[in-house]
Formats: sequence, C-alpha cells, structure tokens
Amino acid sequence: MKGWFIEAAMSSLTTTSETTYPADIDNRGDDPRERPLLVLRDMDFGDVTRTVTRIALTPPPLAWYICFGISLAFLCLLFFTIGYLLTTGVGVWGNNQPVGWAFDIVNFVFWVGIGHAGTLISAILFLLRQNWRTSINRFAEAMTIFAVMCAAIFPGLHVGRAWLAYWLAPVPNQMGMWPQFRSPLLWDVFAVGTYATVSLLFWYIGMIPDLATLRDKASTKLKQIIYGLFALGWTGSSRHWHRYERAYLLLAALATPLVLSVHSVVSFDFATAQLPGWHTTIFPPYFVAGAVFGGFAMVITLAIPARQFFGLRDIITLRHLDNMAKVMLSMGLVVGYSYGMEWFTAFYSGVKVEKFAFLNRALGPYRWAFYLMMFCNVVAPQLLWSRRLRHNLFVLFCVAMCVNVGMWFERFVIIVISLTRDFLPSSWGHYVPTWVDLGMFAGSFGLFFTMFLLFCRFLPMIAMAELKTVMPQAHAHAEKHPTSRDLHRFDYQPDEHGGVSKAKGTRF
Amino acid sequence: MSVEVENKPLKQQALREPVLAGLIAEFSDVDSVLLAAVRVREEGYSRWDVHTPFPVHGMDHAMGIRSTLLPWLVLIAGCCGLSLGLWLQWYANVFDYPFYISGKPLVSLPAWIPVCFELTILFAALTAVFGMLGLNQLPRLYNPLFTSNRFRRVTDDRFFVVIDASDPLFDQQKTEEMLLGLGASAVEWVQEISNV
Repeated sequence: MKGWFIEAAMSSLTTTSETTYPADIDNRGDDPRERPLLVLRDMDFGDVTRTVTRIALTPPPLAWYICFGISLAFLCLLFFTIGYLLTTGVGVWGNNQPVGWAFDIVNFVFWVGIGHAGTLISAILFLLRQNWRTSINRFAEAMTIFAVMCAAIFPGLHVGRAWLAYWLAPVPNQMGMWPQFRSPLLWDVFAVGTYATVSLLFWYIGMIPDLATLRDKASTKLKQIIYGLFALGWTGSSRHWHRYERAYLLLAALATPLVLSVHSVVSFDFATAQLPGWHTTIFPPYFVAGAVFGGFAMVITLAIPARQFFGLRDIITLRHLDNMAKVMLSMGLVVGYSYGMEWFTAFYSGVKVEKFAFLNRALGPYRWAFYLMMFCNVVAPQLLWSRRLRHNLFVLFCVAMCVNVGMWFERFVIIVISLTRDFLPSSWGHYVPTWVDLGMFAGSFGLFFTMFLLFCRFLPMIAMAELKTVMPQAHAHAEKHPTSRDLHRFDYQPDEHGGVSKAKGTRF
Repeated sequence: MSVEVENKPLKQQALREPVLAGLIAEFSDVDSVLLAAVRVREEGYSRWDVHTPFPVHGMDHAMGIRSTLLPWLVLIAGCCGLSLGLWLQWYANVFDYPFYISGKPLVSLPAWIPVCFELTILFAALTAVFGMLGLNQLPRLYNPLFTSNRFRRVTDDRFFVVIDASDPLFDQQKTEEMLLGLGASAVEWVQEISNV
C-alpha cells in the first residue's frame, strides 16, 4: 500500500542529482573473516561530507514538499483539536466512567515507546561498539525527540485544566501544596522530563561537529551565521575531541539506564494499580521490550524512504536495514513471550477477575483489537526469519508498518479493554473514541512528520564525524603486525594493521 | 609591513595591524598527521593543537593529552542530584506538608527511588554536556583560525597541525621548515586582527 507507493513514487520524485541511481550493493554477508564495509562505493571523507551536506544546503526533492504539505495539514488538525478541547473541556474526548484513561494515555505510551529505539541506537549500541549505528543514530535520535514531543501533549491535556499542568512540578506556591512523590504518575513526570532533556542534549552534542561542517560548507552569509551560532565555534581541536568523546561516552552510559527506567516508570502507572490486567510484575521489562520493538519499526519505516529520497543508499546500506530487522525480530520474540507469560500468570494466579480480564481480551467486545495486536506483533514479524523476505525491502517495510499498528493496539488492549470491565459487572462500561480523539491522534503524526521533515531539510541527517571514524581510512596503519597490547585494546579492529605502513617504528 | 599601513593615522593603524596568531599545516591523511603530532611533541612545543574532522584514534597518545577531569565532575553532580532528590521529597512530603496516603509511611524510601534516580541522571548529564563545553571554552564564536579559507576543510576531510605564535619555541622560519619537513601539503600563516 504505502510501501508500494513510495517504491513507485521514488523514481519519479527523487530529483537529487542522480536520476539513474545504481542498484544497491549487497553488503549483508555473514562471513566473519570479512569485515563488511559500512560506507559503500569507495567513498572518501569528502564524499561523505558532500553527500550529507547537500541534503541540508540544496533545495529538497519534490517529494519533500509534498510530504511536508500533508504533514502540515495534519499539524493544523492537531492545533485545531487542541484549541477546541481547551475552549470546551476534556468532555470532547470519549473518556468516561469507568474508562478514564483512553486514547490520550494510549497515545502517550505509544509515542514515548517510539522514542526508545533512538536512545537504544545512540546509547546502548554505542556502548556495545556496534559501529553500524553511526549511519542511523542521528535521525533515530531526532525521532526520539519528536516522539517525546508528541507524547508530552497528551498527559498535559489529560490533566483537565492544561494551564495548571505546572502543578506537576515541585514549584513552591501560595497554597503550600506539593506534588505527591509517592505516586507513579509523578515519577512519570520526572522520568519523561529527564528523558526529554537528556535525549535533546545527546542529540545536540552529537550534532555540534556536523553543524560546524555545515557552517564551513554553507555558501550564504545567513546560513553561515545560523549554523555557526549553533556550532558554538567548533574547530575540531584534538584537545576538544578528547573531552567531547569522554562526555559522549558518559552521556551514553547515563542514557542507558535512563531509557530502561523511563518505560519501566511508565509501566508503573499501570502495574501499581489494582486493576486486573494491569496489576502485574512483568510490566517493566515487557514495556521496555515493546518500546524498543515499536521504536525499531518506526526507524525502519523512516529509514527506507529517507535513504531513497535523499540518495543515502551507500550510507544507510542494506546491511543496516538487515541489522535493524534482526533487532526488531528479536524484540518481537520478547514481546510475544511476554504476551504468553501474561496469560500464564493470570491463570496460574487462580484469581477469578485476573482470569476474566484476559478471557475478556480474547472473547470480549474488543476482541478485534486483541487479534489485530496478536497478528501485527507476533505473527507478522515471524516473516523476518526468512533471509529472502527480510532482504526484500517492501516486505520489511510492510512488517514494520504492521508493528507500528500492532504496538498502538497493544496499548489500547492493555489500557482500554482492562478498564471497560473490571471487578463489578454493574460498573462495567464501554468506550468509543470521538472525532476529537481521532483527530488529535492523527494530528500528532502531523507534528511528528513536520518536525522530522524539517530536521531532514535543515540539519545534518547523518552523523558525519562519527561515520568517518568507522571508515577504513580513519585508522592509522602504524604497525604491520598487531602487538599483544593491541589485541587487548577494547577497540581493536582485526583489519587495522592491514594497510601499508607509513609511519613505521612509531608507537602511539 | 608596507609603507601604506605606516602612513595611516595612528589610531586606525593600531586597529588594523594584523598580529601573527600562528602557523597551520595541512595534512591529507591520518597517518601523516599522527606522525607529525608525535614530532611536534618531541620538538617540545607546548601551545599547539591538531584539528581533525573526527576524533582520530591514538591522537591523545601522540599529543600527550592528559585525561580530562570531566568524569569526576559528572560523579559529583550525580551525587548532588541524588541528594537533592532525597531532600526534595523529604522536605515536600514529610517536613513541609506531611500527609499519609495509601498506607505508606511518611519516609517511604522505596517510593522515592525513581525521582532520586532521575535527578541523579539529569544532573550528571547536564554536567557532562556543560562541563565539556566549559572545559573546552566553548562557545567561542570568534577564532583567528576562521580567517583562513583553507582551514574550512577541517570539518570535511583535512587535518591541521596548528602551532600558536605565543609558544616559547615558536620561530617563524624554523617552525615553518619543520612543518614542511613533516610532509604537510601546505603551511599557512594565520593572522589575528588585533584591537589593542
């Protein structure tokens, strides 16, 4: 559907220089003796700079304007629905008694979860020395920031009187009133607030050297001044790089437990309640796995069209997509296991209402949502076991779209279905979203894609400086044969001594 | 110094007189710039730097850069964040406005863990970023190096050894000869517009 459209439209809309772009190079080999190249077609440092800066410094392809127009229209819808809600009241949502948390919280959890893949790629894969992350980390981090922006809208409005949302913060006030620190909802405020701040810092810090590249490549005075201001006067000094790398490592080490904590805290909102279907200890790891799963699906959804439109197929290579597909598949297995374990726990507990909560998911009035979730999150990703299907970008894109849909429905199943039927049948209810619910949800995609397209257009979409470090030319060939000291270095690369020795006899 | 400059009014001359800021030597690959860094260090220069488009592995060793104290600052900030988290929750919910809720004690440490944790991370991360910028003396929007057109490729694909004119060993001729001898593809003077 959409994937087909993009494949078909790509050829006619991609107007960036090469009209007859050569076919993808397959670098997905599994031979461990060969280190696969992460930047293809013998690009040198200058080629990487040119390829990436061209996107930000020259007018975008026609497809960008079309996508931007559509996104902007949805963003207007978001503003309109927010304005309508603020002037009328939260009653315009379909939330009711007993379903006090509905689309708003579903969307919040969905968007926060999307963000997690960005942090996983930028922090955890960095600590694990997964060099392939350098091609995709910048826009995955951007995705994190924009997803958290979308997420923040919903609880902010959900408080009812959005202009009093600052009461969530511990601000001394004339009422002598403080937040209730023993509530998971307040932990959420701190977790998401810290997460947004740290993600933004991580993203910006990583971008400083690349903003300096844009400053130095920009041709107009205005661009030089604007990029120059944000580049903070970066000159690539090695003394600066030393502290910069240390700061980046520290941020990665701090962001890793942070990202795990954020979705754990989000899951506490549910797990500490006594509602059947929510009150379970499996929630923190289950939510984190789900978040990474959904987030990787979104990264793939964005990467496949972006690499085509912006001519980045030699930088975001087939190998990168293959790796992401594998991560998505493994996370999907964890999610599938969690679904099974939830059912087992409910039945093993012997608690009547717990058992009912799960039977109600599969047999109740919202069973279509449950089966849709199961199909999208558990069945569809299994296609990726097959190398042939995984290597087919159209199939991969469709599976990623399935997971995007499935992860939204997972939150719907957990939140809405559990709330509609809890303990007493006399207080059971039903939930139907209103047009404002649907409009706001669609509008949040408008915000996300508007921000993302602006990012692609004006900021360095690929972490150039980082990408250059994983290219073979970046390694000095000081000695022909590795010494024992080399082999014990954590960053030792088997091929780093392969080149011609130019600086013989010098130890670094 | 040309005659023209000397003939200008004194004040204007003082403003425009270019001052030598240093020498930049351009290198085109990692191997040669690493070797050059080792040599410059061996010569005994102290006010110099190597500018590269990306962090070059082994450059810290080659230049003899000592480890930064940033991790210690981050550790201290993390501890401050932790203490602030504990104090904030105690002050707000125990001291200033004590109230019981859901059967939890007033001092309920397990329930305080998430906020303490998040504040620890927040303070540590802010310190990592702003501490790094501070130690690097950034933002610095004016830099004499920006006057060189050649130097603009430092964020692209060229490597530069920069020796500051204020270095005690700096000698216009000798330093230039040494840099050329190290295989620099070009050596250039960088001048600073002094406003003294």
